[in-house]
Amino acid sequence: MSVIFLLIPLSIVLAACFLGAFIWAVRSGQYEDTCTPSMRLLTEERAVKNFKEKAELP
Amino acid sequence: MERNSSADLLDQPAAWSDPAIAGDSSATAEPARCFHCGTRCRGEVFTLLEKSFCCQGCKTVFEILSENGLNDFYSLSENAGVRVKRATRADQFSYLDAPAVLERLVNFTNGKLTRITFHIPSMHCIACVWLLENLFRLKAGIGQSQVNFPRKELSLSFENEKVKLSEVVGLLAALGYEPELKFSDLENHAKKPVNRRLWLQMGIAGFAFGNIMLFSISAYLGLDSFSGPGFKKLVGYISLFLALPVVTYSAWDYWRSSIISLRQKLLTIDVPIAAGILAIYAQSAYEVLSGVGEGYFDSLCGLIFFLLCGRLFQQKTYDRLAFDRDYKSFFPLSVTRIAHGTEETAALAQVETGDHLLVRNGELIPADARLVSGAAVIDYSFVTGESEPVEKQAGDHLYAGGRQMGGAIEIETVKAVSQSYLTSLWNQEAFRKENSETLATLTNIFSERFTRIVIAIAAGSAVFWWPTSPALAIKAFTSVLIVACPCALALAAPFTLGTALRALGKRNIFVKSPVVLETLARVTAVVFDKTGTLTAAGAGSIRFEGNALNDQEKGWVFSLSRHSTHPYAVRISEALAEEQYPQVVRSFLETTGCGIEANIGSNEIWMGSAAWLATRNVAAPKGAMKGSHVHLAINGTYRGCFVLASALREETEQLIGSLRANHQLALLSGDNDKDRAKFQALFGTESRLAFNQSPVEKLAFIRSLQGEGNTVMMVGDGLNDAGALKQSDVGVAVVERISAFSPASDIIVAAGAVPKLAAALKFSKGAVRIVRVSFLISGFYNVIGIAIAASGSLSPIVCAILMPLSSVSVVGFACGATAWLGRRSGLGEPSQFQSKNKQP
Repeated sequence: MSVIFLLIPLSIVLAACFLGAFIWAVRSGQYEDTCTPSMRLLTEERAVKNFKEKAELP
Repeated sequence: MERNSSADLLDQPAAWSDPAIAGDSSATAEPARCFHCGTRCRGEVFTLLEKSFCCQGCKTVFEILSENGLNDFYSLSENAGVRVKRATRADQFSYLDAPAVLERLVNFTNGKLTRITFHIPSMHCIACVWLLENLFRLKAGIGQSQVNFPRKELSLSFENEKVKLSEVVGLLAALGYEPELKFSDLENHAKKPVNRRLWLQMGIAGFAFGNIMLFSISAYLGLDSFSGPGFKKLVGYISLFLALPVVTYSAWDYWRSSIISLRQKLLTIDVPIAAGILAIYAQSAYEVLSGVGEGYFDSLCGLIFFLLCGRLFQQKTYDRLAFDRDYKSFFPLSVTRIAHGTEETAALAQVETGDHLLVRNGELIPADARLVSGAAVIDYSFVTGESEPVEKQAGDHLYAGGRQMGGAIEIETVKAVSQSYLTSLWNQEAFRKENSETLATLTNIFSERFTRIVIAIAAGSAVFWWPTSPALAIKAFTSVLIVACPCALALAAPFTLGTALRALGKRNIFVKSPVVLETLARVTAVVFDKTGTLTAAGAGSIRFEGNALNDQEKGWVFSLSRHSTHPYAVRISEALAEEQYPQVVRSFLETTGCGIEANIGSNEIWMGSAAWLATRNVAAPKGAMKGSHVHLAINGTYRGCFVLASALREETEQLIGSLRANHQLALLSGDNDKDRAKFQALFGTESRLAFNQSPVEKLAFIRSLQGEGNTVMMVGDGLNDAGALKQSDVGVAVVERISAFSPASDIIVAAGAVPKLAAALKFSKGAVRIVRVSFLISGFYNVIGIAIAASGSLSPIVCAILMPLSSVSVVGFACGATAWLGRRSGLGEPSQFQSKNKQP
């Protein structure tokens, strides 16, 4: 049963990683606009496709 | 070489904005729709690659996009484009490059790279987002751009050496996305990240709460007997450590505000909360460090987490709305200045006394000025509330804020922008005091009593147990503080008022903050502005009686009526402006009091009163229709009549009727008193009606009402009401379009929702009643808890059950009852405001 003394700190470290991810997400402003990214998602592929075509032009 | 630089576009003459484009509009069966913007093409149709365009502007945008491989714009959404309304001149935005302007507009610049945020009202769909985020392909030097769609904002960066700000704005304007550049943009650029800190505080509290709860459950279930005393100790220390940032960082606002209120000798709700947090943490830390027990860390973190949830719930922000705008958001950033005989665009801030300015049709007079030349017809409705435009002669004085209707005029400024008549309103006292969030909220009033009782009980139980055992006395004292920590009490108001705010928001009544809602429930007097509030401005209530007009005839009516500044003609032309294009009008003649006439092509169009048409042998039927009439005859044949329905908004009578029962009513109008009898009948004889009111007089009227002990709600729409809105306890601004300008106010309401104001007042009263009942429920839990605590037998597990139970039941009751009330109180069905407004 003494393995619990190892597992509990480990679980806390793991949870702290998620907390870190959350803090990063908040700080990078992801909670400020939750609408536009959902629209952007639908248009992402087109951006790459046409960019290549244009790059070949003089 | 850069292909198709959009600068070419800017250099083109203003061909497509010329009203004379149309030419002959002989019948084509079904006019094609513009491939770019979807408007029906009239007159000359521009074609390219078998696609038709309504104007040169749309065609040019198509060219730019297709040559740069951005054709996908059109596949993302049908007719996605925004119609380019006005040609841009090459130098139109050059004033933006002046360092003084540039510096204050941008978010960041280091001389090489500049980052700036624009507000672009015309973006409306997914294709717009895509195009605006791909701007870098249209012009070298533009870097990454990012759209915030709910706020209709575009932030982009560009390299100063490769592209100038004026070129960036010119490109946007050429594409139909002209940014809204207002005088106020020169100030307040420090936009604070709104909820960022609250999210972080909540995240940390939630993290600690979840983890500590996991460990505590094993302790409650007796796991420590299984794994030895070391386990209990480990869990205790981990909890102590995890709770530390919660108490210090997450609960920071409670510490700060309780210290502030103690300094002001007030017992706000934050004081018992802070005391409770302190007592729990101290007691738990003592228990863990001395090895007596495991403490109440789970309850503590849960408590703080729930409290922060309440805060977040209460903060409903409306992205598209701004409650704190002043006249500066109303003025443009630039004006056209005439210097040495040439026109130039100058920043408004650079305009000095004595400058000659050109004011075109529909533009604002930015500063008090003298009319130099041109036929001035000034619409002061927004500034003074006068509904009819005023004609001015050369040499006359013009006040800032008026809107020119008709041709271009030249004016000479006599006062600086900041010292004009209009802006002097903002020097009033009402604007100087910051309306701080009042501390006399429901919760704080209740908590004042509550806190005294709790402290008395805690002290009493400590005194009672002291002779028996000092240790028990201290435990009883802290236990009372712990249990009495008014978590449920503090949650009652945020959740009730937050739910109420959302319910109203769904019905197009946007309330600034929960405090406003509490004030709303106390309102005893309601003051209305007339123009634009009780009476509808603009079109909307225009109907055509007779055989329906075909498109060609509508075009004629539009072309004719737009030449007149008579309010009826203006309303008719505005109603038709959406779909029609101006055509060449010859021999236009306006006979005052009678009507207007002109030739279009080979057709003769007459519009005017029935009596006037009768003198020309056109018989107009005399119906008993309500409202004002404009009769129409084409080539001497009667065609029908436009009915401009009673200018009162629909359901106004019911609104006034239901308010009259419980509130003192008043009407303030900047207009003359020709409608006095009508409104006196509507408002009843006991109500005060005041006409010809200047903005300052309106403010004084509100102040005198408040002097009589009233809590005043002011409903207005224009800048002329700005003072009254600010002075009143609840200022309600009425707007036709949600993103349109509204003066500083506490509530913004869509014009269509004005009749619901009576129901909203009733609803707010009901919501306040629900808060009071929630207080009773949480008080009941506190009595039970305190009874246990005062006897000295509070255990962590009782605490861990009682606290969430009371919170959840209070929150459940508050939200449920408010939502139920929202459906019951006659507010109507929730609706969403039309956000797809294409015109900027």
